[in-house]
Amino acid sequence: MKYLDEYRNPMTAKLLAEKILRRCGRTIRLMEFCGGHTVAIMKHGLRQLLSPRVELLSGPGCPVCVTANRDLDKAIALARHPDVILTTFGDMLRVPGSRTSLQKVRAEGGDVRIVYSATDAVEIARNHPEKSVVFLGIGFETTAPTIASSMREAQENNIANYYVHSLHKLCPPVMKALLDSGETKLDGILCPGHVSAVIGSHPYEFIPRDYGVACAIAGFEPLDILLAVEMLVEQIESQRPAVEIAYRRGVKAEGNRTAQEVLESVFETDAAKWRGIGVIPASGLTIREKYQNMDAERMFSPAIDPPVEQKGCICGDILRGVRTPYDCSLYGTHCTPEQPIGPCMVSSEGACAAYYLYGAYDGR
Amino acid sequence: MEDKILLAHGSGGKLSHDLVKDYLLGPLRNPLLEAMDDSATFELFGRIAFTTDSYVVTPLFFPGGDIGKLAVCGTVNDLSMAGAVPKYLSLSLIIEEGFPLLKLNKIIDSIQKTAEEARVVIVAGDTKVVNRGCADKLFINTAGIGVIPKGITISAATAKVGDSVILSGPIGDHGIALLSQREGLAFETTLASDCAPLNTLVGDMLTVSHKINCLRDPTRGGLASTLNELAGQSRVGIAIEEEKIPVNEPVRAACELLGFDPLYVANEGKLVGVVASGDAEKIIDSMKKNRYGSSAAVIGAVVADHPGKVVMKTRLGTTRIVDMLTGELLPRIC
Ligand code: SF4
Repeated sequence: MKYLDEYRNPMTAKLLAEKILRRCGRTIRLMEFCGGHTVAIMKHGLRQLLSPRVELLSGPGCPVCVTANRDLDKAIALARHPDVILTTFGDMLRVPGSRTSLQKVRAEGGDVRIVYSATDAVEIARNHPEKSVVFLGIGFETTAPTIASSMREAQENNIANYYVHSLHKLCPPVMKALLDSGETKLDGILCPGHVSAVIGSHPYEFIPRDYGVACAIAGFEPLDILLAVEMLVEQIESQRPAVEIAYRRGVKAEGNRTAQEVLESVFETDAAKWRGIGVIPASGLTIREKYQNMDAERMFSPAIDPPVEQKGCICGDILRGVRTPYDCSLYGTHCTPEQPIGPCMVSSEGACAAYYLYGAYDGR
Repeated sequence: MEDKILLAHGSGGKLSHDLVKDYLLGPLRNPLLEAMDDSATFELFGRIAFTTDSYVVTPLFFPGGDIGKLAVCGTVNDLSMAGAVPKYLSLSLIIEEGFPLLKLNKIIDSIQKTAEEARVVIVAGDTKVVNRGCADKLFINTAGIGVIPKGITISAATAKVGDSVILSGPIGDHGIALLSQREGLAFETTLASDCAPLNTLVGDMLTVSHKINCLRDPTRGGLASTLNELAGQSRVGIAIEEEKIPVNEPVRAACELLGFDPLYVANEGKLVGVVASGDAEKIIDSMKKNRYGSSAAVIGAVVADHPGKVVMKTRLGTTRIVDMLTGELLPRIC
């Protein structure tokens, strides 16, 4: 497994960065869609390497961050239910909802458990037949297939106490919504690597076609990202926007058919609410009729008070690429990873956390 | 049927007695323990280092070690990081009812082996059995006493500008080896935990130089958190270079997969030292001769800039802040 070093070779990276800068006729604005990319860019200092010619804006590709307070509040209400064991990926635990967080509910006696995969949650359901085990389905096209298969597994094994609260979201529709709003002028988009491993490159084709915006699918190592930026700059400078794959070792044009089929067998698309963006049609996944007795939303219909937003937090603007964490007056003072106010400071893929933890050293 | 720990094993009666005699005293046999007095008594001369730690780990057995080995190494290493020569340990077990005796046996054996290697003697102990569900299988506490040789002052607050920062070997092995065993995350890896007693390594370092200002083992929170502690307590800046920090390939691959940064992954057999730069080379040479320091290297320096902060030059030549770990390390969702 020596291959990783190839994607971190400093010489190649420097040459590539120089080549990119030479090719830029003007300042180019790119959005790195995925939170994983924001982290990698900060960690390796790629923004420094490419500035000022290439501007990199973070996007809405952090599943925890885009979850609306309304949906967080419902999850919290579920966790308070005395018969429920709420299982979730760890990041969700500390995210503040309107009034409290899952972590606080757990401290108050709610049964909230961190799992590393939905399979673990099925296992908990198997071991606790007297309880209702709800898995909090957060994520994009990447995690949705694994959660779908956990539901099929539960059904095949007659595990009747396993439920999923599906808050899954889809990437191409939110890209469309951002482009439609015209709020940020983008020249190109760094498309997500792991999501594309599932959906392939075709779902992005409307972006260059209808909006004239360049697209390149990127992996998570520095060279993966630089390679994708190079492709984008080339497309932009030659005025030939397209969808290219810079992450060949991870992504095929047609994606992963098996994963797609599993996903479609359990979920169907529906409108979903995104933090800072609002309701976007056909941008979420709900559970199909056939699996409705596993749908936590339907089975428990958690009641919540009207959601309220965190005062002063500009996560929504950051997720739309309109502002950066540095524009938030709470950043680094009132809001830190230890005392987070918004989800972008909690999630390991959140822009505020990435800026805070891996920020460039600028002498401050 | 498999023999299991019963509540009666903790009741103080015959079963308790047998448990101690057969499962603990047997393997751990030494004159101080055998005296079976309420306290072990012994003489010590010099400055004393004294520490304690409790060990809870899932799973109890992992590639490269188990909770027993961890419980000895952890306390031995804490003593060693004060420059002390570890001497005596206490061992306290909290066992969940139903715990298989066979496993207990294996863990005590491993404790004995590790203690032997580290040349420490377990002189006091205690066993409690709790109701099922009141503990997760087995918790261990060890406390340790060591003697600090004359002329040695090692503390996290004594790093000086100009000192070299050294690391004893590749980071992240323990954390990733443990994670590879987690249900639902289990992935194939040839990786083993680096869990090891570091007292001989520290001994070798101190033989060639006394200009060792700080020592710390980067356990939970990883290298990043340890360096931040040193920078904070000594009120100095630390500048490190990514290129010089060794990371084993399987750790790197797993970190890419999970979205982790190896700088934050736990170690159980590594140390970070802050040493006078003039002595760095000979200290590194002495470490390289020890099996637990064979890839020791200078990874950075103590600087006057940015006191309290750790800054890293990345492989690409850019610089970034390396902060403390906040919360748990969690795999990425996206
Ligand atoms: S710094 Fe905190 S308050 Fe500000 S946008 Fe980020 S998460 Fe919200």
